[in-house]
Amino acid sequence: MSTNAPRRQRLSSRNLRERITGYGFLFPDVLGLLVFVVGPIGFAFYISLHSWTALSPMRWIGFANYTRLWSDVRFWDSLQITALYTIIYVPLLLAISLGLAVLVNQRLPFMPVFRAIFFVPVVLSLVVSSLMWRYIFDERIGLLNYLIGLLGIPPQSWLGSVELALPSIIVVSLWIQMGYFMTIFLAGLQDIPREYYEAAMIDGASSSTAFLRITLPLLKPTTLFVLVISLINSFQVFDQVWVMTRGGPASATRVTVIYIYQQAFQHLNLGYASAMAFALFVIILVVSLIQFRLFRTRA
Amino acid sequence: MQHAFDIRRPSRVRARRRRSTAKVLGTIGVYALCIVIALITLVPLLWMISGSFKTAAEISQYPPTFFPSTISLDNYVEVFTTVPFLRFIFNSFFVASTVTIVALLLHAMAAYALARLRFPGRNIMFYAIIATLMIPFSITLIPSFILIRSLGWFDTYWALIIPAIPNAFGIFLLRQFYLGLPDELEDAARIDGDTPAGIFWHIALPLSQPILATLAVFFFLANWNNYLWPLIVTQSPEMRVIQVAIASFAGEHTTAWHLIMTGSTLAALPGLLLYLFLQRYLIEGVKLSGLK
Repeated sequence: MSTNAPRRQRLSSRNLRERITGYGFLFPDVLGLLVFVVGPIGFAFYISLHSWTALSPMRWIGFANYTRLWSDVRFWDSLQITALYTIIYVPLLLAISLGLAVLVNQRLPFMPVFRAIFFVPVVLSLVVSSLMWRYIFDERIGLLNYLIGLLGIPPQSWLGSVELALPSIIVVSLWIQMGYFMTIFLAGLQDIPREYYEAAMIDGASSSTAFLRITLPLLKPTTLFVLVISLINSFQVFDQVWVMTRGGPASATRVTVIYIYQQAFQHLNLGYASAMAFALFVIILVVSLIQFRLFRTRA
Repeated sequence: MQHAFDIRRPSRVRARRRRSTAKVLGTIGVYALCIVIALITLVPLLWMISGSFKTAAEISQYPPTFFPSTISLDNYVEVFTTVPFLRFIFNSFFVASTVTIVALLLHAMAAYALARLRFPGRNIMFYAIIATLMIPFSITLIPSFILIRSLGWFDTYWALIIPAIPNAFGIFLLRQFYLGLPDELEDAARIDGDTPAGIFWHIALPLSQPILATLAVFFFLANWNNYLWPLIVTQSPEMRVIQVAIASFAGEHTTAWHLIMTGSTLAALPGLLLYLFLQRYLIEGVKLSGLK
């Protein structure tokens, strides 16, 4: 007993020190996450129950912002534009980036070079990419109108017409993102053992059968990741749209985050904008949960 | 017998030849596709760079010229002299590197605690931190803005730096790394009487240099490229970061394409240089981000 007691004490003092170090090491990051990531959810909801503008102080109004939101045509329009953007952008992104990954994953000379080239847009900022494309889309001096002019097509107002603005932005978003998701898919493809394909070849399977039966099922976790991330991104698309069209022409490209930005930081309707942000948050959450559920039941 | 052979063999050869021509055609198709996509990827970029060397007159001329008629640096001189562009570059550089250094140190500490130290509530903390990855940025924007304003940080470096630091993704990746460290190294130091903090500082942190380098490139670039948050929390020209500067430039002078392309080229430069020289780190970073 007498020899055991001090040792146990020494052990516990070491344990204590480990605990203190553990909490101490976690403290700054956890505090930061609480203040700037977790806390804001509750705070946003709290603000959304108030009327708070540039001119008036914060005033409790209950759910009035939400009832106003419910009948705000602009908000519904913004959701519709966001949904349209998402419905076109996400499937194309998945198809293109998976296609690129399969393309450059082949054992052929120069494929690493193409892989490296396709990745380049990833290192550019959304602002730079958007500005560079705005220059290309320019109605008068743009490269695109010059090139289609060579084919005899009349010049188009890519970002200035209600019909073309959103598709043009989608093209830019795809151009920006495809290299990133190609790389993610490539990592997934390279995890699939070559033997699976060799076995399929011996069984006489065509390469398209092998793709459908081996590649796609084994890429499921990667695909889920890409799907969730790209959906969350596209529900919150802002930079490209703001830099290229400011939500115009008229309101043809006013996606939800643009509308939130305008309400919060241009009109300083902080309460109302928070209600919108909270509604968008709930939508994103529900869509993400549905995806996880769908993928889990199918797996 | 011989007859049968004569009939079968040429057809088999023909089939093999057909297969090999199909294969050659397929390979040509693959390369053609690759070249087209490579052009789509690179031409906009080259177009921007070539635009940055064109004069105001040349850039607004139709049909456009593919190569600037004279290589002059006039646009670059103009960008630096008409607006405080050096200040914008400094702001972006200062913010991105400070965030990267501080964030990596804090994430390494948090990750080490989660992976190697024993204390009550550790696993709950880990899952809670991971759960924050699901929180979309759009919900945090307005509350963070209000907080920054009430702290008196609006239009200061604090506003640009502090909120950019907390990031569960970095903690997660570093924790994965620390989980894989062999126990022996720590045990030796512990027997020598080193404290947990000392072991982290002397052993774990130096060992994590490769993953820290990967994350550093990734974090620096992400912060250099950040637009929306700096747009919201800064106002004065002295506090502008480069992305906000070029975007607002394009808003104010829509037709000054020669200057917009010059500013954009400058803003793209760090990313392109990092990619050129540290490609491995960048691609590794992207792959890691898909590991969740």
